[in-house]
Amino acid sequence: MNMITKGLVGLRDWVDDRFPLMQLWNDHMGQYYAPKNFNFWYYFGVLSLVVLVIQLVTGIWLVMNYKPDANLAFGSVEYIMRDVSWGWLIRYLHSTGASAFFVVVYLHMFRGLLYGSYKKPRELIWILGMFIYLSLMAEAFFGYLLPWGQMSYWGAQVIISLFGAIPWVGETLSLWIRGDYVVSDITLNRFFSFHVIALPFAIVGLVVLHIIALHEVGSNNPDGVEIKKNKGPDGKPLDGIPFHPYYTVKDSVGVIVFLILFAGVVFFAPEMGGYFLEHNNFVPADPLKTPEHIAPVWYFTPFYSVLRANTVDFFGVPGKLWGVIFMGLATMLFFALPWLDRSPVKSIRYRGTLYRSALTIFVVSFLILGYLGLLPPTPGRTAVAQVCTILYFLFFFLMPIYTKLDKTKPVPERVTG
Amino acid sequence: MSENAVDPDRRRFLTGTASVIGGIGAGLAAIPFVATFQPSARAKAIGAPVEADIGQLEPGGRLIFKWRGKPVWVVRRTPEQLAALESLDGVLRDPASSESLQPEFAANPWRSDKPEYLVLVGICTHLGCSPNFFPSTDAEGMGSDWQGGFYCPCHGSKFDLSGRVYAGVPAPTNMEVPPYHYVDDTHLVIGELEEGAA
Repeated sequence: MNMITKGLVGLRDWVDDRFPLMQLWNDHMGQYYAPKNFNFWYYFGVLSLVVLVIQLVTGIWLVMNYKPDANLAFGSVEYIMRDVSWGWLIRYLHSTGASAFFVVVYLHMFRGLLYGSYKKPRELIWILGMFIYLSLMAEAFFGYLLPWGQMSYWGAQVIISLFGAIPWVGETLSLWIRGDYVVSDITLNRFFSFHVIALPFAIVGLVVLHIIALHEVGSNNPDGVEIKKNKGPDGKPLDGIPFHPYYTVKDSVGVIVFLILFAGVVFFAPEMGGYFLEHNNFVPADPLKTPEHIAPVWYFTPFYSVLRANTVDFFGVPGKLWGVIFMGLATMLFFALPWLDRSPVKSIRYRGTLYRSALTIFVVSFLILGYLGLLPPTPGRTAVAQVCTILYFLFFFLMPIYTKLDKTKPVPERVTG
Repeated sequence: MSENAVDPDRRRFLTGTASVIGGIGAGLAAIPFVATFQPSARAKAIGAPVEADIGQLEPGGRLIFKWRGKPVWVVRRTPEQLAALESLDGVLRDPASSESLQPEFAANPWRSDKPEYLVLVGICTHLGCSPNFFPSTDAEGMGSDWQGGFYCPCHGSKFDLSGRVYAGVPAPTNMEVPPYHYVDDTHLVIGELEEGAA
């Protein structure tokens, strides 16, 4: 051991006597045993973490030049784009990061549906993950108002008006959220506060809880086999490998590939043809004129379609309120998945035709709803959205039945590699 | 009782009362944080009435004014447009405006004081977008029962030239008619029903 190593080890031991440094490292990295059969779908957890860091860092830098003031906000974003050194890069990283966040989170959630990662004993991980997803939607929504363009303004107007549909208290509630009779400077200021302080804290806290819960019960895998059931004489799972160095090295490959794609978007298509940065948002907010066609950013469009699909009054409740109820349910139902799914097996590899078909129909409906949400409504499109909305909800409502009837295959004792 | 013994009843009582009193305190402390979200005194003060000059408005045209930060439209309707309004009852959700917001004088098919002039808050009753003005009867894609009116680009709600909502669209009620009164033939005050009322 040379002098430097000796010094570093000494410092580590000094800290370790006062703080559980090595214990934390071993619990979460060095001696955290992850199943050895992770596949492609298992990259998206770590990628979410990478995007979170990108958003936090670029966000801190953007705040240095952005002005949360209805008269100055739009101009300050243009200032960042044109006059601040490298400002365009910081902003494009942040705006692309927002879309990238939803790409990796949706794929991460789909992995959960494929391999039953929400099933016992991982219900709490799933619920914490859902809270992260909801916070992320709120974070994206608050952030979208900040450039103070036409889409920012009218998008916020529509979403806040959603609360107005709640009987009796709705109007008061919308007024309370806006702090004014219309979306105004007051609204912009509070959204800024939520976007840069409250929600980032909440998201980081929830991510820590998500990971602690995961490392407590252990990771699921594409076979849905509990690796803790097969331990060697040393008490380590036979099908597990230490997260570090095995998965830190493997994940770094995934991270590099992701960053290449991410940089490609940032440098060559930061607006993504109007899907990541919408054309109408290059026009300053005008409270007197709604643009000809408004649509939310792509990651909200499936839920937006569900909202729009409710045009019929029934049970004496107006279609407007049904729209809000179903849109809320469309996100909230994911929370119930661990209890709706009655299948004895976790992974899609050992599930039968029923679940496979249901999941396929669900994903296709979700994608069609997302596509329709980008387009202006016509009677024909509304009819398609209504059919897809029904299919979307049937995936959840019928789940206890089809997962029970489904003919499952026997699950092997050990992971299959 | 010996020196180190625990009296569970006493401990339960103290824990209980401390929790209740502490909870009440925390609840009271939350009030200012919740109340600060309400519109500030300045935000409330901006809601004053505005005067609108409609002298230049041609038949079939529209002017936009800003009241409480919202668009308010004044539309001057032609006799043909007014006549067409009466034929629409069958396709409207609330033709008599019984569930909609308007001053008493506007609870009629033309939803206005003087039939010729329509005054409307230009905000869709669905989710707050500002609908587009399509006065012609042959606007593309609006359906055969279209007699001119307003179309919301956000979620496809349709309104006639009185701001009355069509059935089968997301908006639940007719568009709101704000309080207003005429000062003279070409001037009106938006935001109050009569001089000095607001």
